[in-house]
Order: sequence, then C-alpha cells, then structure tokens
Amino acid sequence: MFEAVAFYLFSFLTIAMFFIAVTTSQALYALTALAAGMIFISAFFFILGADFLGAIQIVVYSGAVMALYAFGMMFFDTTRDVKEKKGNKMIIVGLGTLAAILVVVIFATPMVADNIVAFYPMTEGVGNTQDVGMVLFTKYLIPFEVAAVMLLVAMISGIVLAGKKMDLSLTLMSDAEIKDVKKEKNKKVLS
Amino acid sequence: MEIGLNHYLVLSTILFAIGLVGVMRRKNLLLLFFATEILLNSVNIAFAAISHYYGDLTGQMFAFFVIAIAASEVAVGLGLLIVWHKRHGNIDLDNMSTMRG
Repeated sequence: MFEAVAFYLFSFLTIAMFFIAVTTSQALYALTALAAGMIFISAFFFILGADFLGAIQIVVYSGAVMALYAFGMMFFDTTRDVKEKKGNKMIIVGLGTLAAILVVVIFATPMVADNIVAFYPMTEGVGNTQDVGMVLFTKYLIPFEVAAVMLLVAMISGIVLAGKKMDLSLTLMSDAEIKDVKKEKNKKVLS
Repeated sequence: MEIGLNHYLVLSTILFAIGLVGVMRRKNLLLLFFATEILLNSVNIAFAAISHYYGDLTGQMFAFFVIAIAASEVAVGLGLLIVWHKRHGNIDLDNMSTMRG
C-alpha cells in the first residue's frame, strides 16, 4: 500500500516536472524542473531497493550535471524566450509515442519469451552497496576501466574546448591590454 | 494494489515519450541536451525495475554506465556549445546548417 502511494505520487511529480522541462520557454525554469525531476527519479531507485544507484543519481545528476549546466548557462543569453520549431504537432507526438513503445517492446520481448535468467543474482544478507561493489569490481571491471578512460577523455576535451585563452589572467592585466585582447578577438570573429 | 514491473515500464514509456517530444520540438541546443537527459533517465528507471523484479544486478550495472556516459556527454557537449556561442553568438539549431547543399 505504502509502495503504491509512493509510486503514484512520485510518478506524477516526475512526469509533471519533465513535462515542464520540455515545454517551458524559459531556460531557467527548464533547468530547475529538470533538477527536481532527477531527484524524484532517485526516489524510484530507493523504492526498488537500488540504494547505491539512487545516491549516485542525486550526486551525479542533481550535483555535477546540473551545476555544469548552470555554469554553462552563464555563457549563453538565457533571459530571452526560446523560440520553438513550427511543425505538425500530431506527427511529433505520434512519432515520440511510437518510438517509446518500441523501446518497451525491446525490453519486454525477452520477458514474454521467458528468456531472462539472473546473470549475477543478488546475494542474500548483503547490502545493496556491497553487492554492487562485488559485481562491479569482478565481473564488470573492464567496462569500469573503459568508463574511467572515457571520463578522462571527456574532461580533457572539456578543458580544451571551453578553456581557450585561459593563460591570460584578466585580473593581472591593465585596462589597455584587456581592450587590445578584446579588439583582437572581435577581429577574429568578424573575419 | 501491488506495483508490478509493468507499472515501471509504463512510467518509463511515458517519460521516454516526453523526452522524444522534447528532442523533436526544441530548437535551442541547451534545451535539446535537457531532453536527452530525460531520455537516458527514463531508460535507467526501466533498468532498475527489471533488476529488482528479476533479482539480477546486471540492470543496475548498466544504469551506472549510462550515468557515466551522460556525464561525459554533458562535459563535451557544453564545451562545444561554448565554442559555438563564442563564434556565432547564438546556439539555435537552425543556424547550424553549414552542410546544407
């Protein structure tokens, strides 16, 4: 009973938040609604007994990803209203629903065919975090290392792409030098 | 009333449809990224639900890797967006048609 109430409450909240994130014309509202939706999604993970996944969801999404988006939005002009594509709404909604149903069919086909066997069954009497650690560092060690390398590559690319002109320190330069740098930059943009 | 696997799969479908609608109607690239986050999260719910109802940890493992991929995608995507915005002054999808024939 308690589980059902929690499920319906959080599914309503998540759907409402993500609907706002997709339909609003203010970038800041979309960011806030997305952050709220991410936290509500972690509630499902806690209901499902995946405690570690829920904690990671809060830390990574609501912490790291949302902070990154918030910092990224400082670079963009987010105060103006976002223009939307003008198109046939029925086609968009129809195609979206169709593709989503296809995803569920992909998930559900092995279940209906009774083809699923537990590959790495949960150990009795062991907490979720310990269980995850045991499987992650034995059976999924190589994908874990590959994911670590991928995160390193992403970090380097982020630094290289966003950190141009980082060798210049604007606080240590005089006003004339800053104006020169600005002029040079504008020339490069205009040409 | 018992909550079964189908409830979670239906919820995952609804969230995935919302994300797809967002991907198709957004023109601002930053908000397009938000929609892709919704897509990844909806699939994560399906993974966790299947992992719970079949007593198998594989679903949770894949959910972890999906989260790692989403984080690196955000880092690279935002870096590219900042470079594009510095150069062109906007991040609208319609202006990125340099390969139009």
